[in-house]
Amino acid sequence: MGLYEEIGGAAAVNAAVDIFYRKVLKDERINGYFGGVDMARQAAKQKAFLTMAFGGPNAYTGLDMRKGHAHLVSKGLTDSHFDAVIDNLATTLKELKVPDNLIAQVAAIAESTRKDVLGR
Amino acid sequence: MPLIHYEGRAFQSNGRSVLDALLEQGIAVPNACRAGVCQSCLLQARRGEVPARAQQGLSAAMLARRLFLACQCVPEQDLDLAPADAALVIGPARVLSIVRLDADIAQLRLEPVGEFNYRAGQFLRLYRDAQTARNYSLASVPGLDDFLELHVRRVAGGAVSSWVFDTLAPGDTVTISEASGNCFYAAQNPQQNLLLLATGTGLAPLLGIVRDALRSGHSGQIRLYHGAPTARGAYLAGLLHELAVRHPQFTYHACVSEAPPGPGLLAGTPPEAALRDTPELSGWRVYLCGNPRMVEAGRIGVFLAGAASAEIFADPFLPYNRLPPESGHCGPAVPAADGA
Repeated sequence: MGLYEEIGGAAAVNAAVDIFYRKVLKDERINGYFGGVDMARQAAKQKAFLTMAFGGPNAYTGLDMRKGHAHLVSKGLTDSHFDAVIDNLATTLKELKVPDNLIAQVAAIAESTRKDVLGR
Repeated sequence: MPLIHYEGRAFQSNGRSVLDALLEQGIAVPNACRAGVCQSCLLQARRGEVPARAQQGLSAAMLARRLFLACQCVPEQDLDLAPADAALVIGPARVLSIVRLDADIAQLRLEPVGEFNYRAGQFLRLYRDAQTARNYSLASVPGLDDFLELHVRRVAGGAVSSWVFDTLAPGDTVTISEASGNCFYAAQNPQQNLLLLATGTGLAPLLGIVRDALRSGHSGQIRLYHGAPTARGAYLAGLLHELAVRHPQFTYHACVSEAPPGPGLLAGTPPEAALRDTPELSGWRVYLCGNPRMVEAGRIGVFLAGAASAEIFADPFLPYNRLPPESGHCGPAVPAADGA
C-alpha cells in the first residue's frame, strides 16, 4: 500500500485542508504571502498541494513549482517561510492523529520541492 | 464508441479522458493536476451522463449545474459538452415594473418570454444592447414569485443602470441571459445554521436565498446581516423585519460602517458584526455577496471562525463589476500550480 492509501486518500486531504489552511492564515510568519488572493482559489491550491505531499495523484513538475512561486520569491520568500509551511503541515497531521512515520514521509515529499519552490 | 459533441464538433473519445480527447482536437481546456483535485478542467454536460468518478468531490451547486472533471471522465455514452462558463443562452423578457426602493436602488421586475429556470440567489445578465450588459442577482424565488426581480443600483455614468433608471419603462422588452452562479440554497440539510452577509444590492440574492430557505421549511437559524455606509442604505428593512416576525428562526441585522450605530443598527461591516454575535461558526453555512473587499475579508473571517471552506459561498463581483464578467460565481476553478 502506498503512502496516499495508507494516510487515507482523498478523505484525508479533505479532513486536513481546512485545518492546515487555517493554521497558515493564522501564522504571522507566513500569512502575508497568502493575503490578497481569492480564498476559494487558495483553498483549491492547498488541496492540490496536500494531495501531492500525501503521495497522491498529481502531475506537477519542478517547473510548475518554480513558475507558481516565482512571484513570492521576488517578494522575499525564503527557507524560513518554507519551514513554517512544513511545520504547519506536520502539526495538522499530528492533530489528525496520523502516525509519526507517515508524517515523516509527507514531510520528506514536501521537502523535495524546496529548491523549486524557492527558485534555486 | 461514445461520441463527444463540443461546440458544434463531434469526435470519438477512443477510451481516453474527455480532457485528452479535447486537447488532441486542439481545443484549449484549462487544466493543471490531471488528477481530479484542482478542478481547473471543469466542463458542463449538457446531455448525457458522466461516470460518477468524474464528479467526485464536486459541490452540490456544481452538480446541479451538471459540471464534471474532464480529466477524470472517460465517456461511457455520447456526451454533449460545453465550457463551464459557456456562452450564455439569451432570450427576451418584458418589463413589468420599475420601483425605486431608495434614492439609488431600483427594483426591476421582469417577465421572461418562454421558459426560464433558475435558483434563488443566482444571477443573470441584463443587456442594454449586444455590447453593453451587466450581471444582476435575482431577488425573486421560483415557485413563490411569477416574475424575476433585480435590484439595480444607480452607478454614476453606468451605461446599464442609467438606462434602467432613466429610459426603461413597463411594457418594454429587454434581453436577458439564462441564470448562473453557485450561490443558492440547497435543501439537503434543513437543520444547518445559515449566515448571510451582504452589502448594498448584494442583499438581492441573499434575500432570495432566505425566502427560498424559509419556504423549504428550513429549521436551523438563518441570520442575515446587511451593511451599508449609513442607515439610509438599509433598504427593504421593513420587509425584512416583517419576515423576522413571522419566522422565529430568521433574524435580520442592519449594519452601518461609516455612521454611529443606534437602535436597530449594528456597528461595522456585516462580517464584523456577525462575528461579534457568533464567534464560533463550525457547522454553519455562510453566503456572502456585495462589495469585494467585504466578501474577501468576510470569507477569511468566517473560515477562521470555523466555517468549513466547502460551506462558504460568495459572489464578490456581482453588483460592482463594471465589466461583463464571466466569473461572477463562486467555487474554485483555478490552475493549482503554486501549491503552498
